[in-house]
Amino acid sequence: MAKVFEKTKMLTDVPFHYCPGCTHGIVHRLVAECIEELGMQDKTIGVAPVGCAVFAYNYFNCDMMEAAHGRAPAVATGIKRVSPESLVFTYQGDGDLASIGMAEIVHAAARSEKITTIFINNAIYGMTGGQMAPTTLVGQVTTTSPLGRNEETQGRPVNVAEMLATINGAYYVERTSSHDVPNIIKTKKAIKKAFQYQMEGRGFSLVEVLSTCPTNWGLSPVESMGWLKENMIPQYPLGVTKDLGAAKEGDAV
Amino acid sequence: MTEQIIVAGFGGQGVLLAGQILAYAGMEEGKNVSWFPSYGPEMRGGTANCNVVISSDEVASPVVVDADCAIVMNKASLMQFEKNVKPGGYLIVNTDLVDIKPTRDDIKVIDIAANKIAESAGSIKAANMVILGAYNACKNVVENKTIIKCLEKIMGERKKHLIPMNEKAIELGKEAALAQL
Amino acid sequence: MAKELMKGNEAIAEAAVKAGCKAFFGYPITPQNQIPEYMSRRMPQIGGAFVQAESEVAAINMVYGAAGAGARVMTSSSSPGISLKQEGISYIACAELPCVIVNIVRSGPGLGGILPSQGDYFQATRGGGHGDYRLIVLAPASVQEAADLVMDGFDLADKYRIPVMVLGDGMIGQMMEPVEFQERPAVELPEKDWAATGWDGKSRDRAIVNSLYIEADVMSEVNKKLKAKYDEIEKNEVRVQNFMTDDADYVIVAFGTIARIAKNAVLKAREQGIKVGLVRPITLWPFPADAVDKISRQVKGMLVVEMNQGQMLEDVRLASEGRVPVAFYGTTGGIIPAPDDIVAELVKMKEGK
Repeated sequence: MAKVFEKTKMLTDVPFHYCPGCTHGIVHRLVAECIEELGMQDKTIGVAPVGCAVFAYNYFNCDMMEAAHGRAPAVATGIKRVSPESLVFTYQGDGDLASIGMAEIVHAAARSEKITTIFINNAIYGMTGGQMAPTTLVGQVTTTSPLGRNEETQGRPVNVAEMLATINGAYYVERTSSHDVPNIIKTKKAIKKAFQYQMEGRGFSLVEVLSTCPTNWGLSPVESMGWLKENMIPQYPLGVTKDLGAAKEGDAV
Repeated sequence: MTEQIIVAGFGGQGVLLAGQILAYAGMEEGKNVSWFPSYGPEMRGGTANCNVVISSDEVASPVVVDADCAIVMNKASLMQFEKNVKPGGYLIVNTDLVDIKPTRDDIKVIDIAANKIAESAGSIKAANMVILGAYNACKNVVENKTIIKCLEKIMGERKKHLIPMNEKAIELGKEAALAQL
Repeated sequence: MAKELMKGNEAIAEAAVKAGCKAFFGYPITPQNQIPEYMSRRMPQIGGAFVQAESEVAAINMVYGAAGAGARVMTSSSSPGISLKQEGISYIACAELPCVIVNIVRSGPGLGGILPSQGDYFQATRGGGHGDYRLIVLAPASVQEAADLVMDGFDLADKYRIPVMVLGDGMIGQMMEPVEFQERPAVELPEKDWAATGWDGKSRDRAIVNSLYIEADVMSEVNKKLKAKYDEIEKNEVRVQNFMTDDADYVIVAFGTIARIAKNAVLKAREQGIKVGLVRPITLWPFPADAVDKISRQVKGMLVVEMNQGQMLEDVRLASEGRVPVAFYGTTGGIIPAPDDIVAELVKMKEGK
């Protein structure tokens, strides 16, 4: 019988600890498949964040480092600078990247570090139990915005992909989503492109992936997919916010 | 033998360099040396000073409190460091930029018109060399020729043409001091 | 190799290069700026990496990354910047990564001042960050020793997989003294088979550089392993220098640049007929407790001199177990103690005041 699907070797056999309906698992698989398809198994070093993906080092079947909260881009910088031939990626959530690690991500982009960041935006702190994140929507109820995020006192969401696109050193930034199959396919393409750019030595790349958090949103997995589509995408429009390689590719055609 | 020196002035007078050359020359002559600069906010355009120790023994403290000689290139430095000269020690004063007299009578004061002498040697920038020449006339801890050798090393090929002028400044400074000894 | 007249900061940087340091991550802060400045010139010449990070926090995490990838790596800063690095140092200690961290101490607390101080003794010798860990802490008293200890520091870091701190002060960073970089015999060091360098799936286990241990028994095992390592270091790596202690009735205990001034005071006090010696801890952790214990059985009193308000004093009192009076003389704010002031304290001690 013809084999139609095989699990990528770039994921270990350790069962994910993620909640049912959470899309971390999907994005993990996409990242792992891209590494394998690019033939970079033995050259990849990943950096895990603090947050729900803190145990990512147990899942990605390559050399891994666990970073302090928000510091993954700095750790990745250290790795890449001493082993420039490696494929170095960080995998970070929105509390990690857009709150405590804002300085590190902005400056990694500014230096155009030849690393790739996979940024999971689910509009909430998951691991610590559903607190408000910089990405939480206005009016969204969390354990630290029990009456809904109040823009007067708690500000408005941070649009990371748009912000990083303004950084001169950023080479490629795209926002995708994980709520349905077409978008998951687009996400994989974006991740692969980001990795390829890194392998070509072009510069800093980041893929922001809109994700779900059924547990802390208080929704079923299916409802969460709908909630993401209806509420997050208007605030976080999908698409490429920066691609310095696009023009060059156009020239080649 | 332990010689403790303070060289003080304002930024741009080359006092830190003058101190470094003394330390360098001491090292070249096989002595133990240290050079310690002031590095406070005053280094930005204000006063600058350094402590130099040249010793036949290990240098215990790089900080000079009781100086065998203080070289003061401006008025503020005189006011600050006159008190740090040991009784019987030397105070070398750049009279071109100091319009007051030292108050102590238990030290030897050497007046050197360092700016004017440097100009006559070829450049006012060599005032620090004039004062080094004067210092050497008083103390002779290191040889003039060692100082020249160190200058050559520090200045390198690009500034080699300035050596004769600096040499002259050192010589004139020495003469000016000898006249008072 | 010929002697060169070098600033302490520059000698520290060059020593690191000579020791095979291949990456430096720093951030500007006075009085250590000559270290990153020197490295920014020197690293490209040797094919190494230099990054001026966006903060000390980022710099130490770059160190974590580079050390985790198996490179010899250094960072430097001064007191407030070292406080910012503490998070990263704690992670580095738990992940057992080797690196050298230079602290050119300035006065504090807070933004403090830029003049020399020894106010970071507690922070350096008690770990500094959160959790139960130690650093090897080396305290040079001269520019030559600073260079030597940086080189030793890299070997110690690799040997024990531990962060090593070189604790200087503004005086040692800024002063110039003759330095000679001697050829050093190659030291046999363990292979870095734990480093994340890209995994081929067979030649070693998959590298996971980590400091997260959720299960109590696993975390406890990690703590025990660290403790066993610290015990080993305490057994093997203590360094201390005694000066004129053989016939001493009193001793000064001082470290770093202050030990030089204390040495001067020893000589001056002996001219006045007080038989004084000096005990100079070179490793602040592991602290030379045995040397202090031993001398406390010989002398009538001990005087601890520091550029702080009495920090190493506690270690000296612990090690001497109340056998003799332990007095203290300290200066703060960047004021450097004068030999005569120290002698005056010795006189007071002798007269039982």
